[in-house]
Amino acid sequence: MTERFISVEAIAKRHPGPGGGQIAVFENLWLSMQRGEFACVIGHSGCGKTTILNILAGLDAPSEGAVIVDDQAIEGTSLDRAVIFQSHALLPWRTVLGNVAYAVTSKWRHWDRARVRAHAQRFIDLVGLTGSEHKRPSELSGGMKQRVGIARALSITPKIMLMDEPFSALDALTRGTLQDEVRRICLETGQTVFMITHDVDEAIYLADRIFLMTNGPGAVLAEIVQNPLPKDRIRLDLHRHPHYYAVRNHIVDFLVSRSKSFAAETPGHDPRDVPVVRVGKPELTIASGDEESRQASRPGLSRPSASC
Amino acid sequence: MTSSLRFRAAVVSIVLFAAFIGVWHIATRGSGAVAGMSPEYAKLMGVTATQGKSAMPGPLDVGAKLWEHLKRPFYDNGPNDKGLGIQLGYSIARVGLGYLLAVIVAIPLGFLIGMSPLISRALDPFIQVLKPISPLAWMPLALYTIKDSSLSAIFVIFICSVWPMLLNTAFGVASVRKEWINVARTLEVGTLRRAFTVILPAAAPTILTGMRISIGIAWLVIVAAEMLVGGTGIGYFVWNEWNNLSITNVIIAILLIGVVGMLLDQILARFTRMVTFPE
Repeated sequence: MTERFISVEAIAKRHPGPGGGQIAVFENLWLSMQRGEFACVIGHSGCGKTTILNILAGLDAPSEGAVIVDDQAIEGTSLDRAVIFQSHALLPWRTVLGNVAYAVTSKWRHWDRARVRAHAQRFIDLVGLTGSEHKRPSELSGGMKQRVGIARALSITPKIMLMDEPFSALDALTRGTLQDEVRRICLETGQTVFMITHDVDEAIYLADRIFLMTNGPGAVLAEIVQNPLPKDRIRLDLHRHPHYYAVRNHIVDFLVSRSKSFAAETPGHDPRDVPVVRVGKPELTIASGDEESRQASRPGLSRPSASC
Repeated sequence: MTSSLRFRAAVVSIVLFAAFIGVWHIATRGSGAVAGMSPEYAKLMGVTATQGKSAMPGPLDVGAKLWEHLKRPFYDNGPNDKGLGIQLGYSIARVGLGYLLAVIVAIPLGFLIGMSPLISRALDPFIQVLKPISPLAWMPLALYTIKDSSLSAIFVIFICSVWPMLLNTAFGVASVRKEWINVARTLEVGTLRRAFTVILPAAAPTILTGMRISIGIAWLVIVAAEMLVGGTGIGYFVWNEWNNLSITNVIIAILLIGVVGMLLDQILARFTRMVTFPE
């Protein structure tokens, strides 16, 4: 992990609390991502996941700290960072084509209509909405709306895609199909993705690494789970992978109990050096950088600490 | 089912209309010769006294007179005898001009108020005080400063139609969904382009609703304003015919004011439908 494409450095977000005090959603949070990596953040509501995403998007500014993308500190929003909103956020007075074309003309202001149209059409085709170009968002199902949201985000060929629970409002079947599509598209285009989710299976299916966050206020990034599943995983035999349940149990255990007690149980937690969890055979403990390994308490799990 | 409902409603409307006309006709018809009187005295007294005819015109009188007006809507026999078309034309022109000025002022200003919390708070006390003032209260001041009765009427229309548009525009702009603004922000859309491509379409239904309320108020006020300033217009016509004791013409004017008001409202309703988007 040499290259740090995205580097979140010591960011904090505080809100004015009752009685003049300050309530910190999170303090001194560090994380980094490589180019082409797919990362998911899991944590309970109120842990500041969306705040982190908004800071990455430039929609919100951290109270402290900085975010560096591609060796540049970010300031405000950028066409390099596309956001897929939970509520799809399509402009209802524009058609499918109009919504995608709006993003395209925002990026390439001098393109003529035909060029914008052809470019937008390419991404509409990519998400499988060919034939629905002239429909308005109100005529589309929830899944189709989110496809338009994805097409709009992809059409500006961003360096990073930021997804805020993009599939949480969809039914299970549609969600599955869209996860497949997003995975396919991201693998094809080598997209760097930062995604928030509540769905453990979604995270395991999509992510290369999964960031686990403790409960807020005062949330911390507790662990980074390295996904042991092969890159060419297939949804159908996901659950047959020998490490699947170990990873899943680890994450669920974290969400159910350890997310509340983590801060109390781990007094020496270093936010700059978050432990990386690698699920594998117990004897195959992968040590890295840091010499001081922490003990693996669960069968099939080892948790050496490592800088990420 | 829908068409049958519409059909039944139309039948009920026609029945009600016929009943109203019938009652009106019966109530105002003559009751026959009342008393014998010398022909000269009878001539002086008119049909009201001699044949018991009501002073109130019946539907047939009004209908006949209306037909007369509709046949010659644009005649001009001098300052006190113009066709109804001309009078309505003057009123519509005044409303149109005052309303247009109000649009030019209210919509940009409403945008500013909606987008800037500072301006919104700073202007709020003025708007709160100015809004409830009856537009006709401005008339003396307008006459004194503008020194032209016709322009003063236009000013009164302006001042009465500016408030609903201003407040609705400000409200519509201020309550544009945050996520749409965020979409524009993540796409690095500039302020001006954002105003035209996101905020304006999003707020358009609310703005048009304000414009529809305004045109209704403007049409209400023009009649009163023209009664005050005189000269031309449907409001002046009503007052003039009252002075002539021509109740028939007053009734016809009332009817036409209603019809024109409805048409103006329908035009704005159509515009509102055009900009309304389903979610």
